[in-house]
Amino acid sequence: MSARTAPPPSRERFGTAPTGSPGRRIGRALLGTAPIFVILAALLVWITIENPNFTDPPLFLLFLRRAAPLMVLAAGQLFVILAGEFDLSVGALITLVVIVAARLIDGEPERTWPVIALLLLFGLVVGLVNGLITTRLHVPSFITTLGMLLILDGATSYWTGGSPRGELPENFRQWGRLGIEDVPVLGQLPYAVFAVLIFGSIAVLILHFTAYGKQVYATGGNPRAAFLSGVNVSAVRTAAFVLSATSAVIAGILLGGFTGVSPDAGQGREFQAISAVVLGGAVLGGGRGAVVPAMAGALTLEAIFTLLNILGLESPLQYVVQGVIIIVAVAFAAFRQRTAR
Amino acid sequence: MRRRTFASWRAFSILLTLAVTAGASSMASAQTPASSSPFFNQEEFERQLAQRSIEPEGPADEPWIQAIQPENVDTGQYAQPAPWHVCFSNAGVNNPWRVVGWTTMQAEVELHPEIERFTAVDAEGDDNKQISDIQDLLGQECDALIVSPNTTEALTPAVEQACAANILVIVFDRGVNTDCPVTFIHPIGGYAFGADAAEFLSEQVPEGGNVLALRILPGVDVLETRWAAAEIIFNQNNINVVGVEFSEGDRARVKSIVTDYITRFGQIDGIWMDAGQDAVAAIEAFEDLGLDVPPITGEDQQDFLQKWSEDDLTAVAPTYPNFQWRTPIIAATMILSGQQVPAEWVLPQPVITAENLDQYLQPNMPPQHYALCGCENMPGFPERWGGDPAG
Amino acid sequence: MSVVTASDRTLPARWAGLPSSGTWAIYGVLLLVLAVSWTLILATGGNINLTNTLVRSVALGIVAVGQTFVILGGSLDLSVAYQVSVTAITASVVMDGRPDRVWLGVLAVLGVGVAIGLANGLIITVLHVNAFIATLGMSLILRGGLNAGFDNFAGAVPREFEWFGYGDAGPVPYSVLVLIALVVAGWFVLRFTRFGHHLYAVGESEDTARLSGVRSARVIIGAHVLCSLTAVLTGLFIVSRLRAGAPWVGPDGNYDLESIAAVVLGGTALAGGRGGVLGTFAGVVILALLDNAFNQLEVNAFLKDVVRGVIIIAAVALYAFRQRDPIR
Repeated sequence: MSARTAPPPSRERFGTAPTGSPGRRIGRALLGTAPIFVILAALLVWITIENPNFTDPPLFLLFLRRAAPLMVLAAGQLFVILAGEFDLSVGALITLVVIVAARLIDGEPERTWPVIALLLLFGLVVGLVNGLITTRLHVPSFITTLGMLLILDGATSYWTGGSPRGELPENFRQWGRLGIEDVPVLGQLPYAVFAVLIFGSIAVLILHFTAYGKQVYATGGNPRAAFLSGVNVSAVRTAAFVLSATSAVIAGILLGGFTGVSPDAGQGREFQAISAVVLGGAVLGGGRGAVVPAMAGALTLEAIFTLLNILGLESPLQYVVQGVIIIVAVAFAAFRQRTAR
Repeated sequence: MRRRTFASWRAFSILLTLAVTAGASSMASAQTPASSSPFFNQEEFERQLAQRSIEPEGPADEPWIQAIQPENVDTGQYAQPAPWHVCFSNAGVNNPWRVVGWTTMQAEVELHPEIERFTAVDAEGDDNKQISDIQDLLGQECDALIVSPNTTEALTPAVEQACAANILVIVFDRGVNTDCPVTFIHPIGGYAFGADAAEFLSEQVPEGGNVLALRILPGVDVLETRWAAAEIIFNQNNINVVGVEFSEGDRARVKSIVTDYITRFGQIDGIWMDAGQDAVAAIEAFEDLGLDVPPITGEDQQDFLQKWSEDDLTAVAPTYPNFQWRTPIIAATMILSGQQVPAEWVLPQPVITAENLDQYLQPNMPPQHYALCGCENMPGFPERWGGDPAG
Repeated sequence: MSVVTASDRTLPARWAGLPSSGTWAIYGVLLLVLAVSWTLILATGGNINLTNTLVRSVALGIVAVGQTFVILGGSLDLSVAYQVSVTAITASVVMDGRPDRVWLGVLAVLGVGVAIGLANGLIITVLHVNAFIATLGMSLILRGGLNAGFDNFAGAVPREFEWFGYGDAGPVPYSVLVLIALVVAGWFVLRFTRFGHHLYAVGESEDTARLSGVRSARVIIGAHVLCSLTAVLTGLFIVSRLRAGAPWVGPDGNYDLESIAAVVLGGTALAGGRGGVLGTFAGVVILALLDNAFNQLEVNAFLKDVVRGVIIIAAVALYAFRQRDPIR
């Protein structure tokens, strides 16, 4: 993504990074986190039983489009979690992206690309600041990103006086709202699905096929060992924050496109993203997890919401289900980890 | 810090402020309850529905000083020579409606040079903080204390304390469970809002048609009254309500819910909303599926009015008029200079329809601006409200 | 997460809970904030009411004492905000406005507090679920349950119960006395009891503590129960101020993230093992003073968040500056 992600030379034989060929590593990671795919499949079958239209390709793509922002966000958050940190600032960054884009672009299509570039740059800066405060000033990332959440939220509202201004033109909104029309069988192929595929592929490449990816695992698994084996732990963590912030900017663009300007666009998304990542088998504290299961975790959360909607369950119960399921998922992962030893 | 909690609890406080009812604590007392809601109050329901057709007293071009059936009270004991120190305890500015209102109120203060000091504190949507705020203000020699309560029940003790301190207390927006304030300023109320929207849909939707009701959160009394009224009207007109869903103020969720319902039921003939902030998201759900937008109800937010006008929708927008933020300042200056005011100051609650839509449309204003701000002739308009003077 | 570093610190009883230099530093900051805000306020023609400032600290202060305990033990509790709501509603429904049922209400909420604290502690220690997820999940569960069962203020507390929220013992409100008593009690427990010493040891390094014979699971469960009991006390304070409980009273006060912020502002390390309740008390008063100063100076509501964010990060960075570890 940026020069910051370029890792120092790897000395993985001293670290705790998973060994073996990339293919085998992915295979093992998938196996280790397979339950999420079983749960997801079961949920999708259940939804289809309740609403047979659900698996019509065009409708299913709409479902994917809806889940796209959270999937991207989960992939980004995964890097931070793997490195043993949290990023609570992503929700506020999403809100900022939507509101700043609306005000700066103000309905002028020719400003869309410059503003998107600016926002990506800004995301990079937010990630860098999160990373540097955490690694150089030794502030726990929970506090760093909680403070960043307050700062971004307050600054965004202050800048607009509390009520969003401006509007998003069609060429900004299309990414979250439109797609390639008239595709055979599928109907409309949403751009958001492409965004997920592209960002997901990049994330898989970085995490599973580069030296940096190994260093992320090493850093999260045992920072001291990683440090002693020559990994620049601070740089690895900072780069993870940059990736997470970048994912938030992309999620913000998708979400802003999907819904238009809204003062609460990113509200609570940070906890959804963390929930998605742990549903995908990642372990808070670092070292364990993989991209595809994390994204599947995000899809699972959306599927749960959809299913409860269809079942007509009282909406408060959705929280109970979500709460129980993340605890069970983590307890299960912890159980496997212990019995595997 | 206080503005964020897990997920979208802030949405809750957003809602607290969108409407008002009098006597929110009284439970349904009718022998034959017409609504299943525990919030329903038959007497208040009938009163509000009747108030809609009563001509308010006062100048028609200044609705913020109009009043419906005013019963003035003598306020002589509070009269005192200017200059005055007016204090204001605000529940929060945590949603666009309150932001627009707060801007308007500050502009109103500037219109009154007799108000030498204006002290405002913001409770950031927290009952407990607002109680402390009011207690602090009691020590600051205010000549008048204006309160916009965060919740009705919780702020009652603090307002009683203020009354006992013999300060001129004015309450607006949501009420409190005591009549000790000198005046309580509010528009007609939630039943009227909900009924206006439901009556429109009942005319537009064929009998037996499918209506989806979109609400924000359960349990907010001022929004519950809107739905309670709508439920009664829909029942009377044999409208089939296929679902009542809560969006928690999340636009993405609104879009998802509407899409799910369209795919499940094949056809949705009308959308009823208890607050218009996310109406545009509901409209887009139909557009994205390539469907015609059915009759829909919203509110006086600029983005909805614009969409309505551009796409020539079948729509209606009941309002919870934002201009009520002007009235408390005006009331304070009236009382302090010895004039009488109504004990319950009921403001008119206009409805935007296809006929008068153009009159409320202000394309140069921000998307979340409220057309009924009553601020068009105030100094600093439109820039101060985020509008574009050129447009 | 913690890395085994030292082996000779398993029972740091000699200095556990003693006001460390960090605590003095935070009181220095407190005095500084007091001086600056008071000067600014006096300059604009206002005045600070110290009693009111302390009353503003009570709700957050009580639960922050409990939060200090769990954080010292290397855990944390994100569910306290909804625990406050659960308490407020349970108390007002059980009391139902009747003075003769006050004791029953208090008993009920204490039971609920112990149950939630036990549940949190057991999920963390027995199921080995990370505290962040365990208490986030608990918070979602409580939220769902509350919203399913209640949609408005429910029940009422009798007028007699309002002494907690509004009563004064001479010039000092009862609630402030309760907060101060709790802080002193917390300090005592951390300083002089075995449980306190074990808590520091577990927070410093759970593995080392366990190897030296500390039953770390019990210690963590105990800390969570105590934390829940402080959330209960905050809930009782709130319900006595509001006269009734509603599902939103806890989250509206943002007691979850704000109590954690107050604890770290007070110099307690988020990773555990270092800090204490005296620092937390200072942290809470600083936040209340800021609140008060923001009010008096009529700072824009949105800028307040920015200032709070900067202060929290800056304070923790300052503490961290003193204890460098290149890797953490």
